[in-house]
Amino acid sequence: MTVFLIVLVIVLFGLAVWQINKMYQLSQTDHSETSELATDEDNNRQGYYLLAFVFFIYGLLILCFWLWGDVLLPVAASEHGLETDQLFLVTMILIFVTGIFTQWLLHYFAFVYRGSKNKKALFYAENHKLEFIWTIIPVIVLAGLIIYGLFTWSDIMSFDEDEDPLVIELYAYQFDWRARYAGDDNSLGEANVRLIEGVNQLGVDISDPNAQDDMVVNEIHLPIGRKVLFKMRSQDVIHSAYMPHFRAQMNCVPGMVTQFALTPNMTTEDMRLEDDVITKVENINAIRTKKNIGLAAKGEEELEMYEFDFLLLCNKICGSSHYNMQMKIIVESEEDYNAWIAEQAPLAVTLKN
Amino acid sequence: MSEHTNNHDDQEHHHKETFVTKYIFSQDHKMISKQYLITGLFMGFIGIAMSLLFRLQLAWPDHQFTVYEIFLGKWAENGVMDPNVYLSLVTIHGTIMVFFVLTAGLSGTFSNLLIPLQIGARDMASGFLNMLAYWLFFLSSIIMIFSLFVEAGPASAGWTIYPPLSALPQAMPGSGAGMTLWLVSMALFIASSLLGSLNYIVTVINLRTKGMSMTRLPLTIWSFFVTAIIGVVSFPVLLSAALMLIMDRSFGTSFFLSDIYIAGEVLHNQGGSPVLFEHLFWFLGHPEVYIVILPAMGLVSEIMATNARKPIFGYRAMIASILAIAFLSTIVWGHHMFVTGMNPFLGSVFTFTTLLIAIPSAVKAFNWITTLWKGNLKMNTGMLFSIGFVSTFISGGLTGLILGDSALDINVHDTMFVVAHFHLVMGISALYGLFAGIYHWYPKMFEGRMLNKKLGYIHFWITAIGAYGVFFPMHFIGMAGLPRRYYTNTNFPYFDDLTDINVVITFFAFFAAIGQLVFLYNFFNSMFYGKKGGKNPWNSTTLEWTAETKHIHGNWDGPIPEVHRWSYDYSKMNKDESDYVIAGQDYVPQHIPIQDNEEELHH
Repeated sequence: MTVFLIVLVIVLFGLAVWQINKMYQLSQTDHSETSELATDEDNNRQGYYLLAFVFFIYGLLILCFWLWGDVLLPVAASEHGLETDQLFLVTMILIFVTGIFTQWLLHYFAFVYRGSKNKKALFYAENHKLEFIWTIIPVIVLAGLIIYGLFTWSDIMSFDEDEDPLVIELYAYQFDWRARYAGDDNSLGEANVRLIEGVNQLGVDISDPNAQDDMVVNEIHLPIGRKVLFKMRSQDVIHSAYMPHFRAQMNCVPGMVTQFALTPNMTTEDMRLEDDVITKVENINAIRTKKNIGLAAKGEEELEMYEFDFLLLCNKICGSSHYNMQMKIIVESEEDYNAWIAEQAPLAVTLKN
Repeated sequence: MSEHTNNHDDQEHHHKETFVTKYIFSQDHKMISKQYLITGLFMGFIGIAMSLLFRLQLAWPDHQFTVYEIFLGKWAENGVMDPNVYLSLVTIHGTIMVFFVLTAGLSGTFSNLLIPLQIGARDMASGFLNMLAYWLFFLSSIIMIFSLFVEAGPASAGWTIYPPLSALPQAMPGSGAGMTLWLVSMALFIASSLLGSLNYIVTVINLRTKGMSMTRLPLTIWSFFVTAIIGVVSFPVLLSAALMLIMDRSFGTSFFLSDIYIAGEVLHNQGGSPVLFEHLFWFLGHPEVYIVILPAMGLVSEIMATNARKPIFGYRAMIASILAIAFLSTIVWGHHMFVTGMNPFLGSVFTFTTLLIAIPSAVKAFNWITTLWKGNLKMNTGMLFSIGFVSTFISGGLTGLILGDSALDINVHDTMFVVAHFHLVMGISALYGLFAGIYHWYPKMFEGRMLNKKLGYIHFWITAIGAYGVFFPMHFIGMAGLPRRYYTNTNFPYFDDLTDINVVITFFAFFAAIGQLVFLYNFFNSMFYGKKGGKNPWNSTTLEWTAETKHIHGNWDGPIPEVHRWSYDYSKMNKDESDYVIAGQDYVPQHIPIQDNEEELHH
């Protein structure tokens, strides 16, 4: 209901502005103003507005950072993520410097050179030196960015089999995830959707020796500091495995296997102790507590308090429940990981039953 | 060309025009341009209304709105929006805005209006093809609107319609009849676009008046010309993708499908690749954003020079950068696919080509800014929208440095950050170009009547504040990791703190939308009651302002004017710098011969 009132107020406000303007127009008709061309007075006024507008842009930017700086993703929890964050920062600084500078020039010139009858424009058609300068500067800056970006990209994507990474399959379907660990042999058994039958939800080829020790789970555990190679598969449509805290993403495409490798460098516990994360979780729980008061009044079930966990979410439109495809990722010490993996039952066991 | 001129008086004046040939099946480029504009505005109204519905859903996901039930009926029982219909709204909003408003509505309107008038031609090379192009577009609009009413709902796989989601009705209800109609509509749209583009290209090449060399063309014509070429190069590829998708959907082929288990059964499809579709789609899809933005750039360049009373700075550099952008635009499509499983080496190549586009873009931005420098700026509404265009083009374009860089794209790909980026750089900027063009050329379209400037100012300022108010905060929810096309983010407690931002965005969205109502009122009201502004209201140099104010078939009552100079002789001084070339008049129209007291410059 409040929303309706807000909408109503906005509409009425708009109508009021419009009516005031019409009244203003009507009162103007006796005067000399007979054309729709901008007069000197218009030029002057709009010039000031444009100057004010550049401060509006700056103000909005500052306000956004001040209000919402704390919603941004916390520090990267993977080794390559630290590098991409560095590149992100460099690019962002460049964007802000260029943006603030060019917006200023644009609006300031619009203000200073606002027209009047007494002014004359300068016939100034070209200047090769100037044009050369503002071609060559972007060329140099971009060359730097491109090279920096390409090195970072090839570091992330090129991956060495000798590193003996932990192999995990991410399996996406409408609308959930499964993970398959490769087991002691660290190699995944063959699989194809044509083999899906009963409890064999992932279509693993049971006759493949590599498949015997594979383990299918619905929560990912990763040991800290060890390279993980995710192999992605999809059962039906394109999904995208997005792990924002690890700065990792790769589409899951039916008919092919895609991959992404990363090395987690923070445990879930470490992350929960990060200042940014503590603030964020406090904010979220404050919001949830507030909501609970409303829910309790209606006699509905209350929301649980939130605790930080790494997430895997779907980031490619995949159908009606696209907004709710999630899996928890837990990064822990080598010992905890080993203890957890030891409890998981291999396929040879689960599929026989 | 001269032959055309001479024969004209005998041939074209004696048609008897009926209501149908004048207003409906008109072959006159000026009428066709108005038809494009009004159809485009109508589609834009629907597209923006849809965005308001899903903005409400995003801001208050738990709230029940009766307004959903009014507009969405059975898909929003008790005021709760169905997730599938949310996806439909997003999909159709994207499709309508990109193709129907910003391609047909912008390029269709102004290419038709300005190409013949500014190059000095009686009409398009083929009036009949031109009419056919419009009516195919109209038919495709009708089918797109019709698809909103099918039983299972309209297409909802996103405007990029990636298979298998779009190919399999089992995957989502919108991929049934709704998607079929979507594909049919788009196929017609592509046919329309091709006929239109071929006509523009031929007209610009063949029908320029005497003296109108390529380097005397206004930048508008250059941008329409190059846009038409990119359209001809890339739209057929989308058509092939659409045809293959139709075959996959209806005839059991496997171009894009392989190894799929859905709704409890394995499909027979084998060996296809969804990534192939993505390549085909983006081979059009990326040039498409330049098809949208280049005409806006041309309009802005022209309007800015006229209102600054200065030549556009660096005319040749502007042409060169249009050509460079057009060329690069066809070899960067892979930057939409960095994380699709495409070979990482290709990712490197596309990063390289993509970031190169920043160079001609930067040149253009600096040239516009320099055009303002030491000008005598007339703050007409068209000028304000042109300045606004440069502002949003810069703000939106700069974040492209992040998205175009494969290593950085990994983490922002498909998040709301992308949505914020492309709305600013191509959505809002192109809309600003459209509005600037409408305010500037309205007198040409409606026989001398002008739009009300006060309402124009109100429209501009509401839009300018609303646009930044919507899309600045949207970058933040993207950088917080929120994916796009999420019906609600309440299923992730992690995103709870983004709800406030969504409310702010929705507030600004409604604020901006109300501003558009002011524009609509102004547009229709001025058609009948607008003040008349004279033959050349903005004191412009280009040829369209020498044509008759009243629309006649053939544009000029007498012979077509001959061109003696480029289109940017604003504030040019005579040889001894004592006065303007024509004393007391700060512009020299293109059809005025070089004067004795004037130095001839080669631009």
